[in-house]
Amino acid sequence: MDIVLANAGIAPLSLHETHDAWQDVIDVNLTGVFNTVETAIPSMIERGQGGAIVLTSSTAGINGIGGPTRGGLGYTAAKHGVVGLMRSYANNLAPHSIRVNSVHPTGVNTPMVVNEAMQEFLESDPSLSNAMANALPVPMVEPVDISNAIAWLVSDDARYVTGITVPVDAGFTNKK
Amino acid sequence: MAGRVEGKVAFITGAARGQGRSHAIRLAQEGADIIAVDLCRQVDSVPYPMSTPQDLAQTVKEVEALDRRIVASQADVRDYGALKAALDAGVAELGRLDIVSANAGISSVGRADELPEETWQDMIDTNLTGVWHAAKAAIPHLKAGGRGGSIILTSSAAGLMAMENIAHYVSAKHGVVGLMRTLALELAPDSIRVNSLHPTMVNTPMIMNEPTYQLFRPDLENPTIDDAGPAFLTLNALPIKWVEPVDISNALLFLASDEARYITGVTLPIDAGCVIK
Repeated sequence: MDIVLANAGIAPLSLHETHDAWQDVIDVNLTGVFNTVETAIPSMIERGQGGAIVLTSSTAGINGIGGPTRGGLGYTAAKHGVVGLMRSYANNLAPHSIRVNSVHPTGVNTPMVVNEAMQEFLESDPSLSNAMANALPVPMVEPVDISNAIAWLVSDDARYVTGITVPVDAGFTNKK
Repeated sequence: MAGRVEGKVAFITGAARGQGRSHAIRLAQEGADIIAVDLCRQVDSVPYPMSTPQDLAQTVKEVEALDRRIVASQADVRDYGALKAALDAGVAELGRLDIVSANAGISSVGRADELPEETWQDMIDTNLTGVWHAAKAAIPHLKAGGRGGSIILTSSAAGLMAMENIAHYVSAKHGVVGLMRTLALELAPDSIRVNSLHPTMVNTPMIMNEPTYQLFRPDLENPTIDDAGPAFLTLNALPIKWVEPVDISNALLFLASDEARYITGVTLPIDAGCVIK
């Protein structure tokens, strides 16, 4: 095994959230990433050929966005936590030439973002949706844009890139 | 198979050797034509030999060997008029502009309270004002093309962190980040993306020289790379002493290509973990 992508995530941003929204999003988006990397590390180290790990964070891993709900706070906290994991793993695994980086998408055209509950949530608070606007004149990016960044990070073209945060965010973070 | 920047034209400052030459070759390999400028003479406060006209001629030869066109001229990034004239001539000949690599830079050494005025000023003029000049000259061409564009500013790991004995270099390279972030905002409505590169030590003549070795081994009279190498190693998290110019070129190529069409306002370290260590 050469490449690990800790990509699985949920966004429990809803006007009708359950009390469990905080714990669910921490469990999946933070502990799930930890579990993924922990599971992968031993065989990568044993093989001794280095490797590349990319953790999927978010613009919410860099900025205080997501609103005041339990799910929104949990999402932002989890995605920030992923950055701490990424930096620690990058330092810990560097002696094995295993590189660890994170990607930070703005809104991506996937079912996690493009769904009724999310649209209702964003429309309920204009300040939230205004705050979600990108700098480049695009409302959201496509999954392939994140894939392209990850493909570069895991390739030998990026053989000396580790411990970095890569926003794929149409200038969202820089605009804050 | 079409290259990753096929049919595009790239403007590169500091293209005679080092990272700039590597950028020209890597972009040409992927289908771009090149507008290359370099000073090709010495700056008095710089303590190692700078590029020569022969170096720039070698870059031309290597790009032409890839069957790409290149327009090369000697120009000083500190002189806006000269830099603009060189770029304008290149665009007139090659027909368009898509990619800008503001790469030209110098290095010198001294503690902040001891730096001569001239050493400070040459650094800011070249590594910060020179970067602004390249962007300023290029922006009208990018806007006129109406196809967006990608501007890549070469900063440094020292643009994101403190390093002793190079306060002027650290200041200029931090300044480049502020310039990058502001340009990214100003140019986003035109789909012109602006990002910065942050290398650790790179295997180029700007780094591989005795004054730089001395920075890391002040205890020795005439340190060599064998003396400084172990100190370079301690900078990085990955177990390497330095990266190669092509590693920076590969990052630049990614940012220049449509693969990064929605990446702007980003600081991109190619630093072997130097910043997080």
